[in-house]
Amino acid sequence: MLTLEKRPNPSRFWTIVTPLLAVALTMIAGGLLFAILGKNPVEAIRTIFWDPLFNEQFAAYSRPQLLVKAGPLVLIAVGLSLGFRANIWNIGAEGQYIMGAICGTAVALAFYPAEHWYIFPLMILAGALGGWGWAMIPAFLKNRFGTNEILVSLMLVYVAENVESWMAFGPMRNPQGMGFPGSRNLQQYPAAANPELIPGTGIHWGVVAAGLAVLLAYALLKRHIFGFHVRVAGQSPRAARFAGVEPKRLFTLCMGISGACAGLAGLFEVAGPSGQITDSFNVGYGFTAIIVAYLGRLHPIGILLAGLLLALTYIGGEIAQLQLNLPASAIQAFQGMLLFFLLGLDVLSNYRIKRKGAQK
Amino acid sequence: MKRRDFLAGTAATGTVLASGLANRAMAAEPLKVGFIYLGVPGDGGWTYQHDQARQKMLAHFGKAVETKVIENVPEGADAERSITQLALAGCKLIFTTSFGYMDPTINVAKKFPNVKFEHCTGYKRAANVSTYDARFYEGRAVIGTIAGRMTKTNKIGYIATFPIPEVVQGINSAYIHAKKVNPNVEMKIIWVSTWFDPAKEADAAQAMIDAGVDVLMQHTDSTAAMAKAKAAGIYAFGQSSDMIQYAPKPRISSIIDNWAPYYIQRVQDVLDGKWKSEGVWMGIGSGVVEIGEITDAVPAEVKAEALALKDKIAKGEYAPFTGPLNKQDGSPWLKAGEVAKDDVLSGLNFYVEGIQGKLPT
Repeated sequence: MLTLEKRPNPSRFWTIVTPLLAVALTMIAGGLLFAILGKNPVEAIRTIFWDPLFNEQFAAYSRPQLLVKAGPLVLIAVGLSLGFRANIWNIGAEGQYIMGAICGTAVALAFYPAEHWYIFPLMILAGALGGWGWAMIPAFLKNRFGTNEILVSLMLVYVAENVESWMAFGPMRNPQGMGFPGSRNLQQYPAAANPELIPGTGIHWGVVAAGLAVLLAYALLKRHIFGFHVRVAGQSPRAARFAGVEPKRLFTLCMGISGACAGLAGLFEVAGPSGQITDSFNVGYGFTAIIVAYLGRLHPIGILLAGLLLALTYIGGEIAQLQLNLPASAIQAFQGMLLFFLLGLDVLSNYRIKRKGAQK
Repeated sequence: MKRRDFLAGTAATGTVLASGLANRAMAAEPLKVGFIYLGVPGDGGWTYQHDQARQKMLAHFGKAVETKVIENVPEGADAERSITQLALAGCKLIFTTSFGYMDPTINVAKKFPNVKFEHCTGYKRAANVSTYDARFYEGRAVIGTIAGRMTKTNKIGYIATFPIPEVVQGINSAYIHAKKVNPNVEMKIIWVSTWFDPAKEADAAQAMIDAGVDVLMQHTDSTAAMAKAKAAGIYAFGQSSDMIQYAPKPRISSIIDNWAPYYIQRVQDVLDGKWKSEGVWMGIGSGVVEIGEITDAVPAEVKAEALALKDKIAKGEYAPFTGPLNKQDGSPWLKAGEVAKDDVLSGLNFYVEGIQGKLPT
């Protein structure tokens, strides 16, 4: 029988090499999959990884689009990573993302059609508060009654989705929308729009916010006492208590920060690329961000790279669909392989496989 | 070689050369046509029918046309990127096949004035953006007639998706025509808030069956309700695709979305340089809304009645929304003989008189 045994000191070398190895293995396994589908594997893999960055036809457009797609993922994942380091499991970022978007949109629609400079800043505030408030529900229930935050935050995603649907069909429905669901398009309301900052790139304030979040988290973990508390609480709760960490306070803070980040991501998305609250506004960023956080080893810089890698597979996957007629499900299987190899090799670099009962 | 032969030879060579050149010119520059799908072609419903039409269009034009497809595109920000990529890939005509692609289509169209766009079911147009939609309610009138005749309990079920005009038109049309042939008919409506969710659709079907419904209609795409209808021994109608595997019973007929005639027409327009921006709303007459085969489980005279109605609609002799009709609250909507205008229908947001329950908002 095989069992896993934790390595006392995971090798530094392998920590760096495993992601590269995983990408290489994905290319081999994915190449096989594409070959079975009757496509040229080298061409398929080149299309996914190379074309979005360097193909003449697509690169000028898709390079900045990588940042646009990675933006919300990185912003949410950075927020989540703080909690995850301290063993605080906010699984409900998707719900906080939705509530941030709804609260921000509510501010915009309340002012419509007035034009004031302060509307967009107020929306940002409302977005952060919306996500924060939604995350405070599991935080309060945990601190007060000891409920499990994984379950409560996850279940609240479904509540938020229903609130979103209600908003799209009810209170926020565009009165000029010919009876169709969905709010007014905020892109067409200048005071509330999250505009394109550099023409032709699609880059908006959400991308800037994601970059700032990476820097802030990096500084926080390196230099601030809060970062120290987070790390020590994750490694040894007992030691943390001696170091003066108040578990409830830390829990509230981490849930709040991750909720606010998710809410902000939702706000920037609804006021920018997406434009409106509809019943299908959320597309799973809150869940994908969990993968991004782990792919990036809960380190801010790692998360930035992981977010960009995932964005690359999304955008490259689309180009592969239209250039090579690959089905969307093959692309998803390919993405799944990438995650499988990354996390699988991660286990091997932290644990060693031992044969048990072989001596008999 | 005789002179005559030589001449014939050169002529032949000339023709071969000319046609060869023409072929090469066509082969080098097939028209690239792009498609954005909300789901995957395997959904058996909405996306499946668009993909079937794409394939028929391809078969029709052969090498003159090439298609590029992106599947599973969420409505919103991702749609804008995907449509842009199709345009960057050289597509000159792009079909965006879901309502939620409306604003993204308009945004991308501004950046690519030389590309033609076709948006399905929307209402925003531009110089290079057309809209197309189907009068599914015409089909509902036909199957509503069959339903009114076939029900024994006088209870017809309708699995509704979202309270948008297309669905409200469908419910009203089905009810009006069932009531015409069976004044005692009652319609039970369950809103499932999804286009495709087999579990929810099955639950809704079961709830209606338990409430005594014996003819089931659906606006959703899966066959889950059909399976429940089969188990309960009641009648049902296929939706989006034919669902022929459930014939002859429970599936006694169906409403099929057949976009192929339109896709062929519009690609031809681009090839001929005759494409113009317009908004079209096609019904049974154009072949876009099809009534699937009415099976032998339906008595011959009912079948004849339904087909006669279908013919009258196809020829434009009858419009399903013709007065006298009152709104649900009893206030008058259409006077006797008055036909509902398209701009009212395309924003329809009320039930007609006789339907029970409140239209969700």
